[in-house]
Amino acid sequence: MRNNSKRPVFLDLTRIHLPVMAVMSIAHRIAGVLLFLAIPAAVYLLDLSLRGPQGYGEAVELLRHGGVKLLLAFLIWAFAHHLFAGIRYLFIDLDVGVGLATGRRTAMVAMGAGVVVFLLGALLLL
Amino acid sequence: MSRHASGLKAWLLQRFSAVYIAAFGLYFLLALLFSAPPSYEAWRDWLGSPLLSLALVIFFIAVVAHAWVGMRDVIVDYAKPLWLRLSLLTLVGVILLGSLSGAVMALLSVR
Repeated sequence: MRNNSKRPVFLDLTRIHLPVMAVMSIAHRIAGVLLFLAIPAAVYLLDLSLRGPQGYGEAVELLRHGGVKLLLAFLIWAFAHHLFAGIRYLFIDLDVGVGLATGRRTAMVAMGAGVVVFLLGALLLL
Repeated sequence: MSRHASGLKAWLLQRFSAVYIAAFGLYFLLALLFSAPPSYEAWRDWLGSPLLSLALVIFFIAVVAHAWVGMRDVIVDYAKPLWLRLSLLTLVGVILLGSLSGAVMALLSVR
């Protein structure tokens, strides 16, 4: 985009700090795209696991694979973060938790809860 | 619904599907985590029970609708050239419809 105005441009990346709500919001989008990418994989696994005892065994074997477990741990984060940030948005839609200080606090809680669930999931899986 | 209300329709769809996905998704994940069916037969019987397979079909419909609205928002925000926007939207639509039909067929094949 061309900028024709005379206003100063300030783009010192070491000194720009995004508000915590913005970080949470961007992570909500990234998590959503990750979850979208997981849909066909999940359907593939479901289909495989229902094809008979052999397919079921193959699906279980796939889930025991180390790389797949790592992917699953990130998907657990994506699901948890998307869920907590989404619950926060639903409350804001109902006019609950509106306001700068509250919004900042709930954004931190939502992000922190996502990280906690990620760590719990990683512990359970790995 | 008129064209002017299509944004509102998507907004409502996103929220209602979110509530169902959150509730059923949590139930399903916790069930898998704490009382996973131990064998193929148990897995098949669990997923084949009428109530759960109905709930799963509704879940996949909700997920696909939710993902469509969300991915559409993301694509429209970042993919500016029309050809790119349309290609990505088509790709997402094909992936989602393919996933939905795959899931429904897999669940119907159980019984």
